[in-house]
Amino acid sequence: MNQIKDQSKNKLPEIKQTPSRFRNTIGKYILKRNSKCVSCGKCAELCPHEVHIMPENHASPFRPVEHNCIGPDCKKTDHFCIEHCPEDAMVLKENPLLDTMGDYRWPPEMLLGHFAMAETGGAPHVDLEYNLGNSGGGFDMMRFIKPDPKVAIDIRDEDIDTRIELNKTCDGRPERTIDIPCYGGGMSYGSTALSIIVGRARAAKRLNSLTCTGEGGYPPEFLPYKEHVITQVATGLFGVREETIQHCPIMEFKYAQGAKPGLGGHLLGEKVTEAVAKMRETVVGSSLFSPFPFHSVYSVEDHKKHVDWMKEINHNVLCSIKVSTPTDVDMVAIGAYYAGAHIIHIDGSYGGTGAAPDIAKKNIAMPIEYAIPKVHRFLEEEGVRNKITLIASGGIRNGLDVAKAIALGADGCVIGTADLVAVECVRCGNCESGRGCARGIASTDPELGYMTEEDYVEQRLVNMYMAWRKQWCDILRSYGLKSIKELRGRSDLMVHLDYLDEEERKKYQPAPSFKMVL
Amino acid sequence: MPQKYNISTNAAPPRFYPVGKYSTIEFRENCAGSCKECVKNKCVYDIFKDNYLHMSKMEEPEYLYTCNSCFRCIQECTKGIFSRVVNPEYREIGDAYWTPDVLNRTWYQAHTGGIPVSGAGYRGPFVGKGFDSMWTDMSEIVRPTRDGIHGREYINTCIELSRRPERLAFKEDGSLDVEVKPILEIPLPILFQQPDFGIYSKGVLLSMLTAAQTIGTKMFLKAADVYEDMMCFGKSIIPLVKKENFENYPKLLSLVDMVEIEYEPGIEKTFGTLKAMNKDLVVSVGIPLSADLDYAKICVDLSKADMDTLHVYADSQGRELNSDTPRFIKDMLRDIHLALVDAATRQQINILASGGICMAEHVNKSIICGADGVAIDLSLLVAMECRLCGRCMNDLSCPVELESIDPEYGSNRITNLMGAWRNQMLEMLGAMGLREARRLRGEVGRSMWFEDLEKESFAPIFGERKVSIDVG
Ligand code: SF4
Ligand code: SF4
Ligand code: SF4
Repeated sequence: MNQIKDQSKNKLPEIKQTPSRFRNTIGKYILKRNSKCVSCGKCAELCPHEVHIMPENHASPFRPVEHNCIGPDCKKTDHFCIEHCPEDAMVLKENPLLDTMGDYRWPPEMLLGHFAMAETGGAPHVDLEYNLGNSGGGFDMMRFIKPDPKVAIDIRDEDIDTRIELNKTCDGRPERTIDIPCYGGGMSYGSTALSIIVGRARAAKRLNSLTCTGEGGYPPEFLPYKEHVITQVATGLFGVREETIQHCPIMEFKYAQGAKPGLGGHLLGEKVTEAVAKMRETVVGSSLFSPFPFHSVYSVEDHKKHVDWMKEINHNVLCSIKVSTPTDVDMVAIGAYYAGAHIIHIDGSYGGTGAAPDIAKKNIAMPIEYAIPKVHRFLEEEGVRNKITLIASGGIRNGLDVAKAIALGADGCVIGTADLVAVECVRCGNCESGRGCARGIASTDPELGYMTEEDYVEQRLVNMYMAWRKQWCDILRSYGLKSIKELRGRSDLMVHLDYLDEEERKKYQPAPSFKMVL
Repeated sequence: MPQKYNISTNAAPPRFYPVGKYSTIEFRENCAGSCKECVKNKCVYDIFKDNYLHMSKMEEPEYLYTCNSCFRCIQECTKGIFSRVVNPEYREIGDAYWTPDVLNRTWYQAHTGGIPVSGAGYRGPFVGKGFDSMWTDMSEIVRPTRDGIHGREYINTCIELSRRPERLAFKEDGSLDVEVKPILEIPLPILFQQPDFGIYSKGVLLSMLTAAQTIGTKMFLKAADVYEDMMCFGKSIIPLVKKENFENYPKLLSLVDMVEIEYEPGIEKTFGTLKAMNKDLVVSVGIPLSADLDYAKICVDLSKADMDTLHVYADSQGRELNSDTPRFIKDMLRDIHLALVDAATRQQINILASGGICMAEHVNKSIICGADGVAIDLSLLVAMECRLCGRCMNDLSCPVELESIDPEYGSNRITNLMGAWRNQMLEMLGAMGLREARRLRGEVGRSMWFEDLEKESFAPIFGERKVSIDVG
């Protein structure tokens, strides 16, 4: 444990190029060579973005690597292939495929931007809008105010502190910190491919952060990373055993989850394979329902009993309470505090990775943007804000959303969907249909569940979080802040476009607003 | 304990190829034609199976109703010959309110009887107009034990359509001193009503009536459209009559237990005559939510007369009628509900809402705003594959040949849709910790409204909101 605490903040995990696992990548632009091409290789010679590649012993260039193409912006340079092709054999267009991709919350450019960050570990070099969605509200309408250049500081990323504390109670339990203000949300064994969940655990170790078992039990593959794996205790108590509580640094009570607030979990019979059944101590092929709510908890006192039980089993464990965002989320948070929780984790209604009824995702409980300031303020008023860690999740899509959530009052965030997008989830939503995810993510199918490699998952996640870290460092530097902790609750550094006069609004990047076909 | 009410569903695949969202494009001139591992054979959802058939029959490939958008064929084809576009026909179906997505989901539910489920979170705008500007609440711990739709604990969705006495009074000997009329109850807060356009073939109407009878609800039907051989549906029919014609239907009115008469000033004078024709008749009054009527006041006045149910009508998109700046049904319902609460008559009578109810969530949200239940029309047509193309209104052929629908099939599709809707209602009710749909009536405390959340959470941070969002 101490070894983790002392880990030097100056050593950032290594970024390594980790290209797409698919043969044809998806770009904002498409480039097509027509039959006039004589394979002279001029394009490959010119393009610095490695769109055109023609190895020496090849007679013709490879198909263009379109996702690297910067599009019409290239016109301004001296290497614009379209104009330099002696045979006029190349056509450049916006990719019409993007019309069929993404949604209001994750528009196509946000997806492509995250693919690029996970590949390179830096901001995409193509002009992609990866910070703002098209939802027309919440985070998509919030902007950081123009910083005063006088307060900006000039320090290296390595010297900026992005750690957050998970135990503020001074109760004698470990003072655990994580190096980035994010950790991974629960994805259970049985619903997500093993390589994905283990890859996430490996990334969590490299990033000195955490991942979470979800409600699927604790596969032995997690053991080498156990200091970075949260054991989730949810209503079905699947796979919860004394030893899994004993090896975890943090345990999470999942009362509810944002994607299906007030509803139980449901793992389709097809996904209950022999291994899954063994892990969850159930029967092969029969659907598993996690009830709602905890049938043993009807009051804060009952809840405290739960927390005490866990604390007794493991004297070093920290307790996180995961709830969704009802009207009285502030009261729920304070209840969690008085029951002895170290972390209150509020999960907003718009996020989630697992399958959930559409009616629940859209309608039940409030979006996280409303819940964060409500809870933050209430904990402050009650005088306990600095004694509990507030974690937000459910619709936190990108690095900027994390920063905005922190400025609204959260200490940090839990991330699920972006992790999956980093490993090339396209958000098609078919995670639970038939054999599961066709892209090998949310599936344990004998074929589909083995499409990804742990190495790939680990490195793509490290890359994405390192790209996000650069964004946080830029924001902090510009306001003269050295630590992300100083950003917490600084909602004065933000504006909401709908709350500005027209003139004032013009100073900020307008909100994306385009019609999409759902 | 009464038997648990349940709507049993059976898959009813579409008769016509539904309008799919995506269309794949292949640049076939670049196809190598000889890949052993052609991506088309690898589609996890077997989409190209049919596609091949179409090709061998030299037909244009149909739009792919079921392409699940995984992008694998696009990303794995060795020659990169695949792309996709949104099917232009998909963009065209429905309108701004009855969106392609609403139609598609309705078809899915009518086909499978299952509730739409997906992974990867919510995909829509942050907030929208009308019903999309409110969220429903949930309770973390304190609630009856229940396991969602797989429920152990029964959630009751019954509503009443008959008037309730204001209070009970007893004689000295303990017997009742007030007349307590029979209670007319239906097991779910959804009634059917004849759509005001579409194909009214016998098959269509019989499909709706059969479904209504199967699930135990009722259907509003113009008295003139009730054919002799529909009389057997008896109490499943609520004839729609007017002041000037109700006396023409003595037989029909003796067979049914509820009637609806169109509102006009002085309509209350007809209630006595109606009840004289059938003493147990429950009387509903159909009131248009028209800007030129003071509908809240009309409702209050009517509620004091001898009638049972107020049935208010907005247009098909839930808007006020005859207005350039129409209000939305949720706000109109709230006004009516509150006016009746003030007049202390709300407990005695019932409110049904029509117009703009096109998804399961709209039922619960209407009830939160003050209705007891809703009546739906276009959804019934859509369940039977209607595309809301409006061709029938211009005497053109119906693309899904609704005129020839077999009532058994049609009612199966509608029953499936209602089964799926009810299960979704249960999900929401359960999350709110409610065991009875009746308890939800007017319970705005169980909901969260955009304007309130903005004020509560954002105003202390960002000050005064300068852009008013049209949530009506
Ligand atoms: S099925 Fe689609 S949404 Fe689900 S994990 Fe796979 S790619 Fe992502
Ligand atoms: S995108 Fe996926 S689901 Fe659609 S046709 Fe291609 S492989 Fe099949
Ligand atoms: S599909 Fe078109 S023509 Fe057929 S009933 Fe519906 S609106 Fe009329």
